[in-house]
Order: sequence, then structure tokens, then C-alpha cells
Amino acid sequence: MKDVGFIALTYVVTFGAIIAIVARTLITGSRLSKKIPDQDKPWI
Amino acid sequence: MKDLRIEWRGRVVINQVLPFAALVMVAFAFALDSDAVLQRTAGGLVWLATMFSTFLIVQRSYAADVDDGALESLRAAGIDMQGVFLGKSLAVMVELFLLQCVLVLVGFVLYDVQMSLSGWGMLLVTMVGATLGLGFVGVLYGGLIAGAGYRETLLPLLVLPVVAPVLLAATRATESAIGVSGLTIADGWPWVGILFVFAGIFGLGGLLSFDSVVEG
Amino acid sequence: MNSTPRTEPARVGTPATRVFGLLAVLFLGWVVVGGLFITPADAIQGDSVRIMYVHVPTAWVAYLAFIVTAIASAGYLFGKRHSLGFDRVAGASAEVGVLFMALTLMSGSLWGRLTWGTFWQWDPRLTTTAFLFVTYLGYLAVRGLGGTPERRAKRSAILALLAVLEIPLVHFSVLLWRSLHQEASVLSSDGDVKLDDLMLFTLLVGVLGFTALYGWLVSHRQRILTMRDIEEAKGIDLAISERIAEGSVR
Repeated sequence: MKDVGFIALTYVVTFGAIIAIVARTLITGSRLSKKIPDQDKPWI
Repeated sequence: MKDLRIEWRGRVVINQVLPFAALVMVAFAFALDSDAVLQRTAGGLVWLATMFSTFLIVQRSYAADVDDGALESLRAAGIDMQGVFLGKSLAVMVELFLLQCVLVLVGFVLYDVQMSLSGWGMLLVTMVGATLGLGFVGVLYGGLIAGAGYRETLLPLLVLPVVAPVLLAATRATESAIGVSGLTIADGWPWVGILFVFAGIFGLGGLLSFDSVVEG
Repeated sequence: MNSTPRTEPARVGTPATRVFGLLAVLFLGWVVVGGLFITPADAIQGDSVRIMYVHVPTAWVAYLAFIVTAIASAGYLFGKRHSLGFDRVAGASAEVGVLFMALTLMSGSLWGRLTWGTFWQWDPRLTTTAFLFVTYLGYLAVRGLGGTPERRAKRSAILALLAVLEIPLVHFSVLLWRSLHQEASVLSSDGDVKLDDLMLFTLLVGVLGFTALYGWLVSHRQRILTMRDIEEAKGIDLAISERIAEGSVR
């Protein structure tokens, strides 16, 4: 495969950023949902 | 309106903003130490300096109001906010236009640019169109973040991408007014048209939303 | 990623978001495997076409996100209840949009380096996209200014509507720019790409996968923003009651 470096970099950065933001979202979500009482959560 | 009178008493635009803009022009001349380049880019440089000055002028226009809470009291007094928007825009535009006149003259002497009579006419229309656009956008966004912290850094961040089309269109129109790189006067008129469409959109948008902008 | 069993107290995920998450994982898994290994190289672009499988969907999601931000902002401003829920959807959507726009610019410039030999071209499309990116960075900055949630909501909703006004304006200027500059556009090579069925399928899966991911991210982040507002309000209440307690001691 030609230009492996650039293509791999694209995929690594894209999915790396996505995984990072998903992880952060999950962590913040679980941290906050422990603090907030259930009746304040409109999505339940 | 009232802003103009305050401004006249303070003369900050004349004493500080104008020297700043002129300084920017001179700095460009140093940085691009070549007559050929300067002549080709003169249009862009004038507009860049104008844009930076817009930030300063708009900030000044709101600084006085925010400090003494004038906007809130005007609202509380039931004064039509659309009138305030137009008044503030007009004040900013007059200052901006005067500034541009000086900048253009200084720039063209400094960078040694020649222009035909119809070129001057077109440049004048361009200046009016660009001033309208810059003034409306500046006052609208200035109002949006008036009273909030970080005003000085936030205003350029918000306004810069919005006025980019103005910068582009005014630069192209000016270039064809000067006749850089084979452009003729006729090439410039579509750009002038964009300037006025832009000013129209933001003038209308500002009129419709300024009431809730200031309230928010 | 959503398979954790529901424990007390209730977590952020709900069955609906789990469906989004599962779809996103499945589809994006295919994009990685299929896009990198299974699909053939393009006849003209060669292997660099593989970048398109992430570039195009992220660009689509970014635009989708900004439009959703505008719609939600309009919902806040013109809705009768001035529901803060709309504001939080707008904020969450803009956050995700900025992230995806950054990814789009990144993958686009790497692709440009391979195809044009340069990371950045001052071509109208790229320039206006960059301006749009900065515009929404500004939007997020305004959201972070502070003040009451209502004030934040109103201010940012107006800004979002102004910003989305920029999209047609930007499009208009792109067309004019092209018609005024009659030189051949660098992007015209784009039209030469011949996509076979498998490539088209991968691209489609990519769009679906990233859209599902967008749905997951927005619903989760919107709920997080809701909880943040509650927490902040509690903090203020606490501070006020402390002050009152202090006052009564004296």
C-alpha cells in the first residue's frame, strides 16, 4: 500500500479523538449521575 | 447620535485609533519591503487595517455604555432598541468611514498607487458598502457580548470569520479599482454587490434581533 | 461501550442511546476494516482514497451538527416555554460539530498533502470551512462566558442563528469566487473518482456510523450538560445558604 503513513495517521487521529471523547463523556456522565438524584434526570 | 457627541468630546478615534491604523499601514510597508509587492497588495492592506480598527471602535462604542449601564437604562426607559441599533451603527460607521478616507489616502501615498477617475468612484462606493457591513456586524456582535468578561479577546474571534467576506470582497473591488494584475473596473462591480447584500442581511438581522440581544 | 448493566443510581445511557452506540461501533468497525483493507485502491487517487471514508462522513456530521444547533436554538428562542433542553441540545450538538469539523480539516489536509502535495490550499471551499470552524469555536467560547443558564441560552441561541446564516452566505461567496476566478479548480480532480459498489457501500456505512455516533454523543453530552446545570445551581444554593448561616451567627 502506498502512503501508508498518512492514511494510518488519518485513521489513528480520527478514531483516537473519537475514543477519547467517548471515554471522557462516559466518565463525566457516570461521575455526575452519581451526584444528581434520579428525579432530576428528565431522560428516565 | 449620542455616541458621536461623546466621541467628539473624547476624540479617542482621532487621537488613538487613527494613529494605530496608520501605524499598521507603516508596519506593513516595513514588513513587505518592496514597492512592487506593496502596490499589488495595497488594497488588502488598507482593508486589513480597517478591520482591526473596527474592533477598537466597536469596543469603545460599548465600553462607555456598559460602564454606566446606559443600555439597560435605555431599555428600561422604553426607548426603541431598533433606533439604538441604528444610532450606534451610524456612529460606528461615521468613525469608520472617516478613518478609511485617511487610510486610503495615506496608503496610496505611502505605497505609490495610481488610479483613474472611475477607479476613485468605485473605491468610494466600495468604502460605503464595506463600512455598512462592518458597522452592522460590529454593533450586533458587540451588543451580544456587551457586559460579559473577556470582551476584548472574544469580539475579534466572533467577528473575524463573519466579516471575512467583506474583507475579501472589498479587497477584490479595490484591486480592480486600482487595476492590479490586469483587472478592470468591470471586474469589481460584482464584489461591490456582495458588500451591499452582506450589509443588507446583517442590517436586517440586527434590526430584528437587537432588542433580545441586549436584553439577554 | 454501553453494555454496562444499569445500577443505582440511574446512569446516563438509556436503551435508545445503547442502540445508537451499538450501531456506531458496528458500522465504524466496518469502516476501519473495510476502508483500510477490503476496498480496492482507486484507479486515479490510489490508496489515498481511503481517507475519504472518514473525511466525507465527518464533514457531513459537522454540517448536520451545526444545522441541529441552529434548529434547537430557534426552538429555544421561539418556543413558548423557552425550554433549556433546547439550549443544551444546541450546545451539545455544537461541541460535537466542532470536534468533527476539526477531524474533517485534519483528514482533508492529509489527503491534500498526498493528492496536491500541500497541506493547505487557499481554495474557497477550504477557506470558508476554516471560517465556519472558527465561528463555532467562538460560539462555544460565548457559551462558556458564564451568567445564568437563561442568559447563556439566549445569547448563544442568537449567535447560533447568526452563524447558520453564514452557511448560505459562505456558499454564495464560493459560487461567486469561482465565477470570478476562471482558473481551473484544484478540486476538479475530485469528480474523476470512480467509486465501485464496495467503495460506495463503505462510504455509506461510514456516513451512517458517524451519524449514529453523533446521536450517541449528543444525547449523552446533552444529559451531562443538564446535570452540570443542576450541580451548579446546587452550588449556588449552597453558597447562599452558607452566607445566610454566617449572617445569622453574627
